[in-house]
Amino acid sequence: MDTRTREEADVLTEEALQPSRMWFRDLILEAFAGIFARPGRMVMTILGTMIGLTALVATLGLSRTASAQIISRFDELAATEITVSSRPAGEGKPTNELPWDASERIRRLNGVVAVGTLSAVDVDDALVSASPFVEPGRNSAFKLPIEAASPELFTAVRARVRTGRLPDEGHSERGDKVAVLGPNAAEQLGINGVAHLESISIGDEVFLVIGILDGVERKHTLLSSVIIPEGTARARYGLQAPQSVIIETEVGATSLLKRQVALALRPDAPYGLKVTSPQQPQPVRAGVQSDLEVLFLMLGAVSLIVGAIGIANVTLVAVMERIGEIGLRRALGATRRHIATQFLLESATLGLVSGVLGASLGMLLVVGVAAYQTWTPVMDPLVPVLAPLIGCVTGLLAGFYPALRAARLEPVDALRAGM
Amino acid sequence: MAEPIVSLFEVGRTFGDGAPVVALSEVDLEVDVGEWVAVVGASGSGKTTLLNIIGCLDRPTSGSYRLEGMDVAGLSDPQRAGLRSRDIGFIFQAFHLLAYRTVLENVMLAEVYGRRPRAGRRDRASAALGAVGLGDREGFLPTQLSGGQRQRVAIARALVNGPRLLLCDEPTGNLDSVSARGILELIRGLHAEGLTIMMITHDPGVAAWAQRQVTIADGRLRG
Repeated sequence: MDTRTREEADVLTEEALQPSRMWFRDLILEAFAGIFARPGRMVMTILGTMIGLTALVATLGLSRTASAQIISRFDELAATEITVSSRPAGEGKPTNELPWDASERIRRLNGVVAVGTLSAVDVDDALVSASPFVEPGRNSAFKLPIEAASPELFTAVRARVRTGRLPDEGHSERGDKVAVLGPNAAEQLGINGVAHLESISIGDEVFLVIGILDGVERKHTLLSSVIIPEGTARARYGLQAPQSVIIETEVGATSLLKRQVALALRPDAPYGLKVTSPQQPQPVRAGVQSDLEVLFLMLGAVSLIVGAIGIANVTLVAVMERIGEIGLRRALGATRRHIATQFLLESATLGLVSGVLGASLGMLLVVGVAAYQTWTPVMDPLVPVLAPLIGCVTGLLAGFYPALRAARLEPVDALRAGM
Repeated sequence: MAEPIVSLFEVGRTFGDGAPVVALSEVDLEVDVGEWVAVVGASGSGKTTLLNIIGCLDRPTSGSYRLEGMDVAGLSDPQRAGLRSRDIGFIFQAFHLLAYRTVLENVMLAEVYGRRPRAGRRDRASAALGAVGLGDREGFLPTQLSGGQRQRVAIARALVNGPRLLLCDEPTGNLDSVSARGILELIRGLHAEGLTIMMITHDPGVAAWAQRQVTIADGRLRG
């Protein structure tokens, strides 16, 4: 039957058996042509995945931006505050009291902006009242904390005066019976101003109110306290020693000063003093934030899954619609693998486009919100890079089943289906 | 005498597993190089199945099919795809043009799965279009062409890879008589240049154009 020699037949066979192949560039072009043949449908297809990735990117970016913002805002105060107090001394040992000249000793250190001493005054449960008369049936005397402050303390806690003035060195030296009220204490006592020489009584002692505070940035207990000069507390209530030293430092000086202040105050017994600066509440904030973050990430993931189903659905419909085209491609020499690869590439491209758009929109959202809040946008550089990758993988997974269906089609049936 | 380009020996094709439908049984057919053979039969006679087997789109369930002396049954899917891209040209009743691509791009599609370099593809497609008389329609979309012109585009696409065998499935089935005549004259010209042509049709008037006619009924050939 075979009239050719064996060698001739072999040569022919070898050439004739070469499988068909597809240039990579053609594969890309065919996939793109397939997608862009119906631009409207392409937009609708990528919408779901795009929204999902936008949500993911925006959530990650915004939570990062917000937490960076909260921490940096808090830092400014926390990083410039030191509080020194004495530890209780053991039985039979010398006390760890702070010296009366604590402020002078600290002020000499480099990096100190302001320093003051603050002590709680023991007034034997005496009540504070604004009126010398006791009205029956109406409570006009209150138990209020009495604090003794050195004049410079008000600077150290960044106190703002609503009305009147703050006590000075003279009041303290003379032991004058003057007081400054925190805004809450003033309200409780019913004192609005100092123009009429308002006075209060602490137990039996009468004090002249010379000022009312508006607010403080540190030691918020002062807001509901009655503050008297340190000298007055010493002379009239037997204050033994200042209880705490409040220091405002320059930015960045805290860690160095924390090591120096104990030695400056008590070179003889530095370890008897407790030097603290406020705990940075970062972990707490992060905890609160991560709950919200998880919620939004889950929303993003759900939307991503919905988007993937959308891509799978549309790709499947496209396969069914393009059965005739698939048959034609098979007739022109496409293998099953060529068909599957083209459809996979189409869905992966849809995913990639969704990812790029989602990442861009997400970043725009972060920048927009940050601009509105006058925050600095902060984002992990991996996020905008990973988003298109996730989109691409999503598209690839979504296109798997439709591509398989397309590859399994018998060219005969596919051609019979028409275009 | 040279070996026939198509050689079918007792070819049968059965569809389905449970209640099998016999589409072809014991078909013997030889087509020589340069022949123009028409397979005539009513719808359901098995003629499309026969063409699909000859075009390597389908495999026989029994018998053997040798294309250019080579047993096709033993080839893998990619190898048969390679045969389709190089050696066989198809034209269909429904044209099968991609609606959203220009005429030229439709013709260029034929080379996507071939082994030729990409360079020169546009020129080769353009030349093929010129050969079927549509050199001035390259940028048109298929929807802007008449039925006869669309089938000419399909013929250009089938010819661009230089096939040895042209398979025509009811090439004039969707055309009016004037366009049909134009297409048949074009095919006659290709035959005159030496191309082997197999055409299936239900229309005896169309089959009369061919060199040799074979009738198929109920899956069996009658000389």
